[in-house]
Amino acid sequence: MKINDVILRTVTKAVVFIILTLGVYLFFAGHHAPGGGFIGGLVLASGIVLLYLAYDIETVHKGMPFDFKKVAALGVLLATGTAVGSLFFDVPFLTQTHTYINVPIFGEMGFSTVTIFEAGVALTVVGVVVTIILSISEDE
Amino acid sequence: MINNILLLALAFFSISIALSLYRVIRGPSMPDRAIALDTIGVNLLSAIAIVSIILKTKAYLEAILILGILAFIGTIAFSKYIERGVIVERKSND
Repeated sequence: MKINDVILRTVTKAVVFIILTLGVYLFFAGHHAPGGGFIGGLVLASGIVLLYLAYDIETVHKGMPFDFKKVAALGVLLATGTAVGSLFFDVPFLTQTHTYINVPIFGEMGFSTVTIFEAGVALTVVGVVVTIILSISEDE
Repeated sequence: MINNILLLALAFFSISIALSLYRVIRGPSMPDRAIALDTIGVNLLSAIAIVSIILKTKAYLEAILILGILAFIGTIAFSKYIERGVIVERKSND
């Protein structure tokens, strides 16, 4: 029996963008407000899981051809990379730094190496959560 | 005045959550439980919104958004499991 799920797919097409936007917002808000790489990564992963729910594994993999185990590995590499990188400047492990740079249009903006570390955490969380959910929901 | 109304609304939301919890535990069929869980999610979200009005803070807005998203995805997953027995399909069959 073929089940008609046009409502779910239409709603998903609109809602996924809201969820992914909220995830990116939470990722960048984490510097001064509640949020951060872990929470942002969880929200991004829930958006991807919603795509897997509404469509199927083959269709989503056609649009996002990532191996999510490799995404998790890349995230851990990025996070530990910023941690080890501080050793080359003769400061303790995991030391982070920040600076203010004049960007042409936006004016003075703060840049911090914590953002790279948090990006690694977010990639790790996305990769691990999507891998776990895909492997526990397999039917065969 | 407005504070008393908000507190009364919070009390009603908690009564509503308790009634839905009864439906989750007793519920004769699984679709009843799915609907009751969705109702609990929406009521919880509204109760958090009222708490954030009472406390005059914006700190709970992200919590409201994330709770809404998770209740939505959870309801979809639960109802899809009830209807088809599989949550993530391997390939499309149309």
